[in-house]
Amino acid sequence: MAFRPEHEMHKRRFSRNLGVGVLLGCFVALVFALTVVKVKNGDLMHANDAPGLLGSTQPIVPKP
Amino acid sequence: MAETRSFDALTEASFGDYVQLLKPRVMSLVVFTALVGLLVAPVHLHPVEAFAAVLFIALGAGASGALNMWWDADIDVIMRRTKSRPVPSGKVEAGEALAIGLALSGISIVMLALATNILAGALLAFTIFFYTVVYSVWLKRLTPQNIVIGGAAGAFPPMIGWVAATGSVSVEACLMFMLIFMWTPPHFWALALFMNEDYSKAGVPMLTVTHGKKSTRTHILVYTIALVPFALATAFTSIGGPVYLAVSLLLNAEFLRGAYRIWRRDEVVAEADKYKVEKQVFRFSLLYLFLHFGALLIEAALHPYGIGGW
Repeated sequence: MAFRPEHEMHKRRFSRNLGVGVLLGCFVALVFALTVVKVKNGDLMHANDAPGLLGSTQPIVPKP
Repeated sequence: MAETRSFDALTEASFGDYVQLLKPRVMSLVVFTALVGLLVAPVHLHPVEAFAAVLFIALGAGASGALNMWWDADIDVIMRRTKSRPVPSGKVEAGEALAIGLALSGISIVMLALATNILAGALLAFTIFFYTVVYSVWLKRLTPQNIVIGGAAGAFPPMIGWVAATGSVSVEACLMFMLIFMWTPPHFWALALFMNEDYSKAGVPMLTVTHGKKSTRTHILVYTIALVPFALATAFTSIGGPVYLAVSLLLNAEFLRGAYRIWRRDEVVAEADKYKVEKQVFRFSLLYLFLHFGALLIEAALHPYGIGGW
């Protein structure tokens, strides 16, 4: 029994699924890269580090 | 219902249709200006952070584009320039545009704040709010000054880029903002002069519709004159220099000449030559903005060699 020929609609759906998949993969890679850079720079791990803003916190520095 | 719709191949959107929802052409301008704002700042981000910052600023702009298409679907379908957009052409549903717009807004704001600082994230949130609610929903259909106010949303990206790098707003960031803010009205009104019919049909109160073309021509000249001091003042800040000043002087002289020519022209003459001068000035205005930001980038590139700036 032969398979039915692929409908054009399925191609569009595939392009959409592939696009979303690739984007999600890139997003994960970017977040990972950002994490590595921030850890290497010794930055705080949250967005609350703009100078002079409410809620700014001091990084915890280990005592010598 | 959903069962029958899902088999309607003609309305099945492809990935490209969703990309179109984010107005990629507007995004390219946002990427460029935000990148310049970020690169000319005195503080330098790590390349990965800089890339993330520009990406999420552009994504925020794309989110506002999607929200704008959701809200304006009813008038986009009437205008020739916009009727092939994904929502009016029926490829993407208005509800989908809203969902994508809201989701991308959230992602871009949170990620920009995490990648750089919270002030940059807050400015991006304000920009999306301003473009969607203040411009699209509130003022676009209410006042002929809509373009002037809407221009503010387009003017924020270089400022956000600067803030992403430095963590604070400065006179340089404000001047980059003012450059785009004051440039937008003459740029769009030049377009409106030869796209008048579209806006009339859609009932959008463009200046050309409400006050006539003569008045619009005067407005173009006045706003261009008002733009010049902001463009030139940038030359004397820490991001300016002789290269920028020379480029800016030439560009402003030409833009002023174009605005003067538009102002002097009679409507009959303009119609006879199919708005030749107006189209020329519109195209030149794009070059004007591109070269101003390009000159800022050159100044920044020359800095390490001790020849950029004053």
